[in-house]
Amino acid sequence: MTRQSSPPSTQKVSSRLGRFSSILVLLGLILLWYGISALNLFPAYAFPSPASVLVSFQEELTAGRLLNDIVASLWRVAIGFVLAVGLGVPIGLWLGQHLQARQALVPMLNFFRFLSPLAWIPFAILWFHIGDKPAIFLIFMATFFPMTLATMVAVASIPSIYFRVAKDYNYSGIELLTQVTFPAVLPQVITALRMSYGIAWVVIVAAEMVGCQDGLGYGIWEARNGLRLDSAVCYMIVIGSLGMGIDRLFAELTKLPAVRWGYER
Amino acid sequence: MNDKQASKLVVDQVSHRYGEVAVLENLTLEVKVNEVVMLVGPSGCGKTTLLDLLSGHMAPVSGKITRQGTARTVYQQDGLFPWLTVWENVGIGLRSVPDPKQRDDEIAELLELVNLTSFKNHYPHQLSGGMRQRAELARVLAGDSDILLMDEPFSALDYQARLTMRRELARVLQKRPRTVVFVTHDIEEAAQLADRVLILSKRPATICQELPITIPRPRGLADDEVVEAMRMILRALGLNNTDGVTV
Repeated sequence: MTRQSSPPSTQKVSSRLGRFSSILVLLGLILLWYGISALNLFPAYAFPSPASVLVSFQEELTAGRLLNDIVASLWRVAIGFVLAVGLGVPIGLWLGQHLQARQALVPMLNFFRFLSPLAWIPFAILWFHIGDKPAIFLIFMATFFPMTLATMVAVASIPSIYFRVAKDYNYSGIELLTQVTFPAVLPQVITALRMSYGIAWVVIVAAEMVGCQDGLGYGIWEARNGLRLDSAVCYMIVIGSLGMGIDRLFAELTKLPAVRWGYER
Repeated sequence: MNDKQASKLVVDQVSHRYGEVAVLENLTLEVKVNEVVMLVGPSGCGKTTLLDLLSGHMAPVSGKITRQGTARTVYQQDGLFPWLTVWENVGIGLRSVPDPKQRDDEIAELLELVNLTSFKNHYPHQLSGGMRQRAELARVLAGDSDILLMDEPFSALDYQARLTMRRELARVLQKRPRTVVFVTHDIEEAAQLADRVLILSKRPATICQELPITIPRPRGLADDEVVEAMRMILRALGLNNTDGVTV
């Protein structure tokens, strides 16, 4: 009687196959990198070899710089992102329920959404000088608008039948908001979280190239200044891997039983 | 005993219009306690509007509607909250019960009644259409509900599931009698379930005929009395061509 997309055994086999092929692609990429650098087509300083990157990895780790930069970047992204989500989701919930406010504010919100957060760099530095604050400000500017708009659109598109049912069972006020409106948009809000986090992680690198004394972006900037592209590649690998890893954590949220319906139909 | 005879739902000369379009015209109707009234009419005749007025989601343009007790609606489909399990969805119907133990017992009993006990931890999207409607049925029956409004609740189901659900509804109502106003375009459904069938006219709708059906439920689809009732409904709708009645 219950629905099932396909037998679990085939699913498992195909997912294992998929994982295997992704590892193959990764190995192929490393092999290509190794091959090109072994052919000496480019000077070593402009195209670091896998071996030199490994060595710089070791250096950065033993010096403790890499770990310090990771913590610094994660901290800034976390603060900026939490602020943006903490403000954007409630504002989005409110906007989704008020047509007039929506009509008044959406053009402005859209304007800022399409404005690259990097355009705020001069302001960030003038207002917040140096350290964590300008980077946090930039992360906030990058993620607040998409979070707010995505939540708002999700609320505005809740099927009206849920509100009729809610009325039948006397939901109103804060209960209606927390027990009907919010769970109804949660799957879309989680998707928006993943997308906004992706933006935040891209922006932090640029944000830390100015106005910061540490962080992953600063690490790359330093590497450029010292013409140490091996170190830059080492930071790039960390940035990409960490970004993927944290996205996996967000993906875990989509497995919560109370939101599965949003992805399965 | 006098209370038992009282009308649960009184519609007094109600008219309704959307802008220029008149939907209901001078409709008068009384529903007795635990009576099952089926409203049958051509599509777009204002059946759903009438339910919206009965539930209090809308106020009529003119006339008066008196309702005694809580009215709850079973919708065509997707009326369950998809983020809650079957158990939690039924629990919504018992929100006013303060004692959690009492609430749990009642939910368990309701799920037993609609044969969903083994699916209590499933989410709506994991169930078939018929099971979802059964869960909705359990939810509207929960607690202090008095009046059930049903808006073509089985129309999204396949034919066999519809037959099953009619039997289920008749059985459930035997155990837990309720005042029911049931909107449908399905003549079989009306003949099998109604104490009284009200035939609505085209828009602006008004009641053009009333057919009491006194056979006890459950009724078999092919029972002589049910077939006879269907013939009467068809005739009232002007659809029984074999009788020589033309539209």
